[in-house]
Amino acid sequence: MKNFFKIFSFLVLLFGFSTNLNCAEKVEYLKTDWSFKGLFGKFDRGALQRGYQVYTEVCASCHSMKYLSYRNLAEKGGPEFSVAQAKAIASSFEVSDGPNDDGEMFTRPGKLSDKFVMPYDNVKAAQAANGGAYPPDMSVLVKARGGGVDYIYSLLQGYEEPPAGVTLDDGVYYNKYMYGNKIKMPNQLSDGLVEYADGTEASVEQMSKDVTTFLMWSAEPHLESRHRMGFKAIVYLIILTILVYFSMKRIWSRIETKI
Amino acid sequence: MSDHEYIPKSKFGKWFNDRLPLLTLANHLTDYPTPKNLNYWWTFGGILTFCLITQIVTGLVLAMHYIAHADMAFDSVEHIMRDVNYGWLIRYIHANGASMFFLAVYIHIFRSLFYGSYKAPREIIWIIGIIIYLLMMAAAFLGYVLPWGQMSFWGATVITNLFSAIPLVGEGIVTWLWGGYSVDNPTLTRFFTLHYLIPFLILGLVVLHIWALHVPGNNNPVGIDIKKPSKDTVPFHPYIVIKDGFALLMFMIVFAFFVFYTPNILGHADNYIEANPLVTPAHIVPEWYLLPFYAILRSVPDKLLGVVAMLSAILILAALPWLDTSKIRSAVFRPLYRQFYWILVADVLILGYVGAMPAEGLYLLIARVATAYYFLHFLIILPILGFREKTMPLPLSITEPVLGGSQNLALVKDRKKFEN
Repeated sequence: MKNFFKIFSFLVLLFGFSTNLNCAEKVEYLKTDWSFKGLFGKFDRGALQRGYQVYTEVCASCHSMKYLSYRNLAEKGGPEFSVAQAKAIASSFEVSDGPNDDGEMFTRPGKLSDKFVMPYDNVKAAQAANGGAYPPDMSVLVKARGGGVDYIYSLLQGYEEPPAGVTLDDGVYYNKYMYGNKIKMPNQLSDGLVEYADGTEASVEQMSKDVTTFLMWSAEPHLESRHRMGFKAIVYLIILTILVYFSMKRIWSRIETKI
Repeated sequence: MSDHEYIPKSKFGKWFNDRLPLLTLANHLTDYPTPKNLNYWWTFGGILTFCLITQIVTGLVLAMHYIAHADMAFDSVEHIMRDVNYGWLIRYIHANGASMFFLAVYIHIFRSLFYGSYKAPREIIWIIGIIIYLLMMAAAFLGYVLPWGQMSFWGATVITNLFSAIPLVGEGIVTWLWGGYSVDNPTLTRFFTLHYLIPFLILGLVVLHIWALHVPGNNNPVGIDIKKPSKDTVPFHPYIVIKDGFALLMFMIVFAFFVFYTPNILGHADNYIEANPLVTPAHIVPEWYLLPFYAILRSVPDKLLGVVAMLSAILILAALPWLDTSKIRSAVFRPLYRQFYWILVADVLILGYVGAMPAEGLYLLIARVATAYYFLHFLIILPILGFREKTMPLPLSITEPVLGGSQNLALVKDRKKFEN
């Protein structure tokens, strides 16, 4: 046991040392309070609805969300728009469908069961429209980036004038949180860019937080039920463990030995 | 095996048992005499059985919804995460279950190293265990490829390319493994098939592992042979069953914490980006449990020798019963081995750590020193230690504690005389 602690403290030192080394190179991400962190973390419904608004008015012109359907917007644990609202949202999009009985493709208003409409027909078209860079699909973007929500939140606010000595090509922008600092997406957010339906002031910070929350939900749509079930499961396991512990003590008391 | 013949009480039981002695087997498993001084490090065998069954059951359900096709695999995983009822739960249990499985197996292996469980007469148990461990690594690697994310694709590319280091036939073997000239759909479908097969091979080997264990019986923390059954042993049921159950529940709490609260912390973010043969990730790293071997691979400058070193690092374990020349099993009575044991533990942890870091500068140097020490431990230190080490006196039985000092030493000597 003593040796175990020796090794353990050695490891702690080792890792502590190495994280210090790494920190020297990395930039600290901007911090904010995320309502969905922690044992009982839940999404902020307002933030999700506002985040959807930012997504659809700003991001959606380039970024797809191919794993989301309009029905998801009305599902529990999500933005929880009413079914009527979600239907209205869906029908505001033109969806191509077909072929019909004449063998023709046609467009119709969206339904709840439709996937989010893609801004481009294919990756090549997206690249052609964006100077060769493909705007990544945002469905699981938060989980696909090392820094997660903090990274996305910071990136949206990380646009700066390039420091002296850094030259940028045409169509490349400076962002202090981007890997290598060079990003092909221009700064999208500016104060008052969207007019929030609930009257919240649309500062860059507020919009970044809202849209990042929305992206977290789109990446982990079952996060709330996961947290709820996790708490129940762990409490159950702890109680059962305690009961089994006492049964074990009882059973082993027949034998004169310590366990 | 228990020495008395088991006779079922009921007439039907007797009739059945004469034809297929399942009841004798059940009776053997219940009565199986187990040393009563087993500590909690011995509970990981049961925990590992639980891990294997969990992986098979969750894997079965996942396979019902997963599509092994390069264009659809990533989408089908997202379908599981979003639209399959409790699909997220099953997938997170399966993904984190792999890590938990390895956590448990490493504890199990290092327990064996500490208490000398690999020594005579348990060499076959140990070697079967090493084969299980190799199959586990294969299964884990194949499984990691299935979501068809960036790390899946590039991990598969890196690992399969290792075979190209084989002289003359290497390139041909790689093409054969891929089923084409790059990692693509044929690779994915065969990886899926093999990933489905291996757990059942492991299951079969686990049966052999336990069978081989039940011949000599468990080793124990004191490491001495004990008479079975005797006052040194307890029947497996209920004593060991309840204790293993208690330890398993503690393990499940840790497991549940990962599944429900940090389900992606042990994975790599890049695996949520769909595989793209045209974009290479900045750092290609395997899962944490393969990192020590990855560090050994990268610490050798030559590709072929690197692969040889990595394979030897695992296969050397199979020769361990003969490399360790000491007759004393438990490290408790081997003061020098105990020190080297903990150095080895630290060495493997360091290897794991540098395996996650870029192979350059100081990290590479540390990796090389740690790799050299790893082999030094097994090839030089252990064989010599068996001859040079002055071990402490062994107790005569588990119930008889070591009284310490000369009196006990005399007892041991007496016993030796008696045995001769």
